[in-house]
Order: sequence, then C-alpha cells, then structure tokens
Amino acid sequence: MRGNADVTADVAVADVAVADVAVVGAGPAGMAAAVEAATAGLTVALVDAGERPGGQYWRHGPHDEGPLAGQHGRRTFAALRAGLVRTGTRTFFGHQVWLIARDADRFTLHLRPTHDGRGPGTRTLTARSLILCPGAYDRQLPVPGWDLPGVMAAGGVQALLKGSGTLAGRRAVVAGTGPFLLPVATGLAAAGAEIVMVCEANPLRGWLRDPGGALREPAKAVEGAQYAALLARHGIPYRTRTVVTEIRGEDRVRSVRIAPLDRDGRPRSGVRIEVDADLVALGWGFTPSLELPLMVGARTRLDTDGSLVAVVDARQRADVPGGPGVYLAGEATGVGGAALAVREGRLSGLAAAGDLGRTIDEGRMRRLQRAIRRGRRFAAALHTATPVPPGWTDWLDGSTLICRCEEVTYGDLCHAARELGAKDPRTLKMLARPGMGMCQGRVCGFATAQVAAALTGGSPSTPSADDLLPLARRPLATPVTLGEIAALGEES
Amino acid sequence: MPPEMPPETAPGNPPFPQPFDLSFDGRTIHARPGQSVGAALVEAGVVAWRTTRGEGRPRGLFCGIGVCYDCLITVDGRPDQRACLVPAADGMRLESGRTGRDTDARER
Repeated sequence: MRGNADVTADVAVADVAVADVAVVGAGPAGMAAAVEAATAGLTVALVDAGERPGGQYWRHGPHDEGPLAGQHGRRTFAALRAGLVRTGTRTFFGHQVWLIARDADRFTLHLRPTHDGRGPGTRTLTARSLILCPGAYDRQLPVPGWDLPGVMAAGGVQALLKGSGTLAGRRAVVAGTGPFLLPVATGLAAAGAEIVMVCEANPLRGWLRDPGGALREPAKAVEGAQYAALLARHGIPYRTRTVVTEIRGEDRVRSVRIAPLDRDGRPRSGVRIEVDADLVALGWGFTPSLELPLMVGARTRLDTDGSLVAVVDARQRADVPGGPGVYLAGEATGVGGAALAVREGRLSGLAAAGDLGRTIDEGRMRRLQRAIRRGRRFAAALHTATPVPPGWTDWLDGSTLICRCEEVTYGDLCHAARELGAKDPRTLKMLARPGMGMCQGRVCGFATAQVAAALTGGSPSTPSADDLLPLARRPLATPVTLGEIAALGEES
Repeated sequence: MPPEMPPETAPGNPPFPQPFDLSFDGRTIHARPGQSVGAALVEAGVVAWRTTRGEGRPRGLFCGIGVCYDCLITVDGRPDQRACLVPAADGMRLESGRTGRDTDARER
C-alpha cells in the first residue's frame, strides 16, 4: 500500500494535489468509480462542481442526509458516500475542471472554483489515470417563447426542488418526452404546485405499464408503476402525442399553447388549446457533457437517441491518443440513467485499479459487464420509444430563438442556409453564430444540428456524429478569466 | 467547569437552519441556508435579473444546473456569477444587470 504516502504528500503541497486516479464528476458514476478505485488501493481525488456528492440525480440540500426518502437509489448513495469517507478519498467539491493536459505518464487537471466568491482559487491536480463521469443535462428543442422567464429545463426545475426546496412556479406545464418528465411532475405536485398537464410527445407504448419486462430490468418496471400511481394520486393529466407549440407572455410566462401531434410528428393544425401557467418545464431527453472527453481526444459515436457520446471498450476505457489511462462512465458513454451509471462507475474504478497493477476480482467485473449490457439494451429501447418528433421544426416561426445566448433566430438560420448557402452545421455556425455565446452551444447544439439537417435537405433530417461534433467541441470546458490562462504559462 | 454550550451547538440539538436576509437591487429578500441565489430570487417572486445584449429581453434561471449561463448576476460586486450555483449567504448583495460579457469585467 503506497496510498498513505501520496495523501500526505498532497497535503504538504498547497495547490498541487497528486493522486493515482482523478475522478471528475461525483454523481452516481463518479462516486462509484472513486469508491471502487480507492477500495482497490489507489489514491483517489474526486472533483465536482457541486458543493456535495450526488450529482444531479442525488442532488440534496446541505441539511439533508442525502436524497430524500422515496428517492430512487437512496441506499446506494448512502453506501457510496460512506465509502468515500472510509477510503479517505480526497474531494474537491465546488470546483470545475476547465483544462486537462497529458504528458508522458500523467494528467494535469486545472481546476477553478464554481463561483468567484468561493475559495481557495485555482488549483492543479495531477494523476496517473483519469476517470471522467461528467453526466448530462436536459436536451432542448426551441419553441416560440422558450426564452421567457418561467420557462426552465425540466432538470433545472428538479434541481431547484431537490437542492433548495424551492418551487419554480405554482401552475406548471411539464413537456417534452421521456420518463424523466414523471418525477419532475410528481415532485412539483408533491411540493404543492398544480400540474396543468404533462405533455409527452410520444405514445410511449406500454412504458408505464411494463417498461421492459422483456428486457429484464425489473427495478424500472417498479419505478414506472410508482410514477403511474403518483400521477393518479395527484390527479395529473398526462397526455401522450402532445406538445407545447408556443409559450406566451411579455415579461414572463402567462400561458401555453398545446397541440396533438399527427402521424408524421407534426403539430395538428387548428387543434390547439391554450392554458394559463407560470412555469413550463421542458425536457427532450439528455445531452451528455462531452467537453472533457473531447478535450482528451476521446473517439465519439452517435447513440440511439441521436446524442453524441464517447466510445468505450468492455472495461470503460476511452479510445484516446497517447494510450490507455482514460476511463469514462455514466451518461458520457450513452444516456442510460443512474443505475447503469453506478455499474459503469464501479467497472471503471476496478479497471483503472487493475491497469495500475492492483489485484481485482475478475468475476465481479464480468458480472458488472453483464449488468451493463442489460442496462444498455433497456436504454436503447427507451431511446427508440422517445425520439424527438420528426416534424418539430414546424412549430418554429422566424422570430423563435434557436441560440439563446447570441439571440440567433430560426429566421437567421433559414437566411444563412437559403441566402448565404450554408450546407452543414459548421458553416451555419460560422455564418449565423448559433452556439457562439457563453454556453458554447450546450443548449442549442442539438437543435442547431437538427435545423441545419432539415434546412440543408437531409431526409430523414437526422444529424450525424460529424454534424454534432463541431457543435460539441469546446477549447475550454468552462469560461475562465484571461488571468487564469496567463497563469498557465507561468507554471510551466 | 466548561462554559455552557450555546443551545444551537449542544450535542443532540443540531442547529436548525435559520433564514437570513440578502439584498437584490437594494430590496431585502429572504433565503434559507443551502438555497442558491437563484432559488432565493425565485422564491421572492423575482424571475428575471438581467436583460440580453441584443434585444434587451429579460432572463433568469433556465437550465438551473450551471450549463446555460442565462442566470448571470452580480454578487457582492463580482459580475457574471451563475445564480443557480452560488449559495445564498447572509448579507449578500445581488445586483441585476444588462448582460454578461458586455464589459471587460472578466478580463480584470
């Protein structure tokens, strides 16, 4: 065991921490990865932008012991958190990794505080192996009025509730697609909000009733049944094949227009209702956060949900230049939920330990690999059941914002495609500037690629990995000051 | 004999999180420990605290998890902080603004 020496060493050097493995992201995948790697004898540094472990899924307030009673995987969270303490894993919470550099045998991670009021400033972390578990965020399809205050990502509404105990509104419409709309709606209802409607764009054939009995994920069937019961208990209207086509208001959301979808996935004309609401929660599945995997050169592919994801082998190893040493777990390898993320996290931690010469239980690895394949099949079935409606661009008008940061409208993109001759997302981005603002295309990248595919004549208008890649590449993972970049030169 | 422990730190009597005040453009708003600045604003009925550079449109929380940078706010004189990520603190000064990045503030 050489772990203790390293821990002592990194306490002695103020701003440079050294570990065998750096785990980035302390959600379900990252917590599991850190605990497994540390249990196998590695020194582990765990970094997360949040102030506490848990990530988005197990988000909780500072005075909560963990996720609230009834929240899925609560016991797993408690065990993993205890594991972090037991193994003496060094945590760097409230910090974001903005740059990763690799030289011959180590990775250097540059960290900055999540917000400027938090000490102790920038820090550097070096490690022999890297496990990236960056998670995902809500995928969005623009709709007229989605920039009005009171319109939020479904995950953001959930985060307010879980992390701050705050209701984002009193009268809510929850819309988009996928099973995640259900905990958002039932969570809001349980906290006292009125849910005017849950608008699910897809038919979700039997998902609530039996989300994959054939796929042998019994826990998911239980989850589905629980949500169905909660919807009924709170009297929440749940409409399938229904979408929000317009959000109205001047200074904030006042009302929402809702329409059924036709067989081609286009809103049926003339059949629209308008309901009053002060909150609209939107989610069209999830976009994996690929900034860090792309920064280290990870090879990517297009997943069944149309997301750009990173390729991993059977031991969660990324395909990167410079040889092995980078592992990925959780949503970055394909959106699949927390239970699958925990399995992938455990496997990546074991694999990293094995590759650094520790003795690991190969039988356990094989069991995890089987469970991961099962989870992937379930995720793929769910992706197939919850596509983005093929005709969604029909609800855009010329003044609808596509890029919220740079205020680029659908009309601007049409102009760039038709008048200026942009034939692909990259050219569209250069000419019309979607994705060039503060969020660096995180929010509009998927929609821009879809719009570009539709405008440039692709049919079916599904963007490829090559279309998505230029919208996902970010030279720095998070905005930094010029001073921080200048300091890099001084260090070396 | 050691001095008596104040009740809020006595063993078996965990501190109950006390609400506190912060200011938003000079107006007092309340928050509970652990709430983000954005959460405190939303609970106070404030849904927008900056306007966009181009069209001057109001913006507040959108992604809620630090991804979209829509909720930028000035906190204790530091501009362009993400309201969804900054924990509210007693006496904090929040100021609305036009937008992020229309000044050279980040290049200080």
